[in-house]
Amino acid sequence: MQNFETIEVSTDLLIIGPGMAGSGACIEAAHWAKQNNLKVTVVDKAAMERSGAVGMGLSAINQYQGDNTPVDYLSYVRQDLMGLCRDDLVMDISRHVNGSVHLFEKFGLPIWKDKEGNYVHEGRWQLMINGESYKAIVAEAAKTAVGIDNIYERVFIIKLLLDKNDKERVCGAIGFSVREQKIYVFKCNACIVSAGGAVHVFKPRSTGEGLGRAWYPPWNSGSSSYLTTAAGAEMSSQEVVFIPARYKDGYGPVGAWFLLFKATATSATGFDYMGEGLAEGGELHNWPPYGKVKPIPTCLRNHLMMKEMYEKGHGPILIHTDKAIAKIAEAAPDKKTYKKEMKKLEAEAWEDFLDMTISQAVLWASKDVFPEERPSEIMPSEPYFIGSHSGASGAWTSGPEDIQTEDSKDDYFFGYNRMTTIKGLFAAGDGVANSSHKFSSGSFTEGRIAAKAAIKFCVENAGIPEPDTDVIEKLKADIQAPLAHYEENAGYTTLGAAKKRYDLPVEEVNPYFITPKMALFRLNKIMDEYAGGCGSQYNCSAVTLNIALKELKMLKEDLSKLGARNLHELMRCWENIQRVQLAEAHTRHKLFREETRWPGYFYRTDFPKMDQENWGDVFVNSVYDEEKDEFNVFKRTKHNLVQIDKVVGM
Amino acid sequence: MPSYVINEKCDGCKGGDKTACEYICPNDLMTLDEDLMKAYNSEPDMCWECYNCVKICPSQAIEVRGYADFTPLGANVVPLRGSDDIMWTVSFRGGTVKRFKFPIRTVAEGNVVPDGDFGEGTGTLDDQLLFTEPASLKADKLWTFKN
Ligand SMILES: Cc1cc2nc3c(=O)[nH]c(=O)nc-3n(C[C@H](O)[C@H](O)[C@H](O)COP(=O)(O)OP(=O)(O)OC[C@H]3O[C@@H](n4cnc5c(N)ncnc54)[C@H](O)[C@@H]3O)c2cc1C
Ligand code: SF4
Ligand code: SF4
Repeated sequence: MQNFETIEVSTDLLIIGPGMAGSGACIEAAHWAKQNNLKVTVVDKAAMERSGAVGMGLSAINQYQGDNTPVDYLSYVRQDLMGLCRDDLVMDISRHVNGSVHLFEKFGLPIWKDKEGNYVHEGRWQLMINGESYKAIVAEAAKTAVGIDNIYERVFIIKLLLDKNDKERVCGAIGFSVREQKIYVFKCNACIVSAGGAVHVFKPRSTGEGLGRAWYPPWNSGSSSYLTTAAGAEMSSQEVVFIPARYKDGYGPVGAWFLLFKATATSATGFDYMGEGLAEGGELHNWPPYGKVKPIPTCLRNHLMMKEMYEKGHGPILIHTDKAIAKIAEAAPDKKTYKKEMKKLEAEAWEDFLDMTISQAVLWASKDVFPEERPSEIMPSEPYFIGSHSGASGAWTSGPEDIQTEDSKDDYFFGYNRMTTIKGLFAAGDGVANSSHKFSSGSFTEGRIAAKAAIKFCVENAGIPEPDTDVIEKLKADIQAPLAHYEENAGYTTLGAAKKRYDLPVEEVNPYFITPKMALFRLNKIMDEYAGGCGSQYNCSAVTLNIALKELKMLKEDLSKLGARNLHELMRCWENIQRVQLAEAHTRHKLFREETRWPGYFYRTDFPKMDQENWGDVFVNSVYDEEKDEFNVFKRTKHNLVQIDKVVGM
Repeated sequence: MPSYVINEKCDGCKGGDKTACEYICPNDLMTLDEDLMKAYNSEPDMCWECYNCVKICPSQAIEVRGYADFTPLGANVVPLRGSDDIMWTVSFRGGTVKRFKFPIRTVAEGNVVPDGDFGEGTGTLDDQLLFTEPASLKADKLWTFKN
């Protein structure tokens, strides 16, 4: 049996996951905590400098308001999510986001400027940046704010702790170091969960050495969702995944090509599926009112592609980089300007990849792709959980008091801003549902909003609640179980000589345990084939979803037989335990919503149309009861805080 | 194309108490083999090719080879990160070589201040103003909802 040392840390506010949202929370919390003599503690499974989805870098800031109003932004978000978003949360982020971007600039993030000194926009809301060090810069500000002594890196949080006298009150979190045999018990008054979204719940398109090359980073495994769900917090829109359509295999960004260089896409036959889809009588008119106006929602853009590929068999979809470049060249008055313009353009196009999806640059170099010579393939990915992007999954939280109507107050305003239905438990970024399209800057902003409210909570609810020591002892044993399980059973089968005869992905076969990687593959296969993954062309029905639930139940049981050889694999075990829970929540939400609202994200083949009357004004929410291992899934009323007459585009 | 360590170039970060690549990898993949004092990518199929280990290695011992299951061999993309910019060399399979240089930061590492020199702001715990607001908004006041 392993000998884990236990480290106890007491604090006022605990921030779990200092990615973009968590870093914003650090900066904000540090300020208000200092004024009120409170302590802020931060915990990350990785090193803050490069943790989270922005770890590689980014080439754009996707949310900047400029002179637009929060209502303008809301019109765009509501349109993109086919009508379903939390108006209060979206406008709340929108009104603060300029300040976050101005802070980034002062922290030292290079934002592109034109000759007049104005920011260079990629689209109406997006700013171009030299973002190689985006996360490192923001993390430096966050670390300076909270102080190095208050930061715990390489500690993976497995669960939140609840007050022994009040099961609807958070009081800490427990996790383990992935580098030393140490268990960490954090005791806190309030806690912010900002541990990102999830990938590898569904089978990725690439399954060999490139298994990790999903669009979304392989290190975010659904912790935000798991932690809040398992604590009993009300969750929302867990069915609303995001499927980006990107350059095939490398998943390089297409935003700059579409928005900045004005490239167009067609099917392999040259069919302008977007133009035709929008035209009178086109496919988009089957999805009113969202299909009828621009900008076309992200899911509907996917839907049009999928129709070409899967219904007509007219794939692949091509993005005409060559034509876009030729057009820009034509506009140049002479050869010299043309050459100069081309050089600039080429650098911009490559930087778009090198800043945030280097794999795509490698792939183009490997295949001798020169974008000015020929078009490239684009492809929809597997489903991801990223509530901060064009998805919406996450925790149901209270909104701000001042952005409500008489109607909305009952559902939307029930406590401190961004607090979940569990007292003292806050969420931000990918952890919060229905405030989509916040991206890096809006997630950072939401972290700030949550942190100020969480400190206010600490001030007004002084004293730190106590976890149940029996629960802690049980969790400590749970944490180590996969290591112990492996140790007990490993000797049962032979492993062969140290010299391997073949480079196998499977190393150990044993009837008494499963390795974390095989658990992952099992989950991926279930979700891909029965819950609407890319392998089933995003189709599912009550029949297939119920099969998924049965399979997931058995998988969940078998998770008690996970085996880990070391701390790294122990982390992989816990990541998969968290993923499976999210998979179940997702499947139950999908089953509950009897319509197809986001074609291009998933299709309920038994309810192939959007049903505005029954589902147009409700979110699907759920509460999980851990003791009974049961989900209660229900409808929550959606409120339109403002009437939107005209959608403000990209 | 997961990262790999070139045997000859890795010196195990000279036996310091932590190696640069192990410190930085967001997915906990880089591992030091303490017998050999050489690092290696211990789970290449979970590598995002984020290049963080490549950029941070003091010996330039780490490179990336495109994921073998869909990337033809022969190309190489190599960064060289300085204190305020990064230089990329992109070598194509067919022999073309392209070089790009981009700025990475305008404030030197270690000099970032959390308030961005906007000051603390004028808010209190009871209003909606965040730290540094309204100065950081570059507006006189915060938008609020009127219905
Ligand atoms: C490929 C890609 C491209 C994008 N492009 C853009 C763009 O161009 N512009 C833009 O503005 N936005 C972009 N985004 C969106 C942006 O990255 C996200 O919106 C943002 O990072 C969300 O912030 P977050 O804090 O919620 O999550 P993250 O930034 O991902 O942070 C999650 C944090 O939680 C930690 N963590 C996770 N699990 C645990 C655990 N169990 N215990 C402890 N710590 C844990 C992680 O280590 C990390 O620190 C892109 C995203 C992706 C994936
Ligand atoms: S950072 Fe470079 S030199 Fe240091 S251990 Fe890693 S590969 Fe070796
Ligand atoms: S490229 Fe990124 S994910 Fe891969 S080993 Fe290096 S740091 Fe880790």
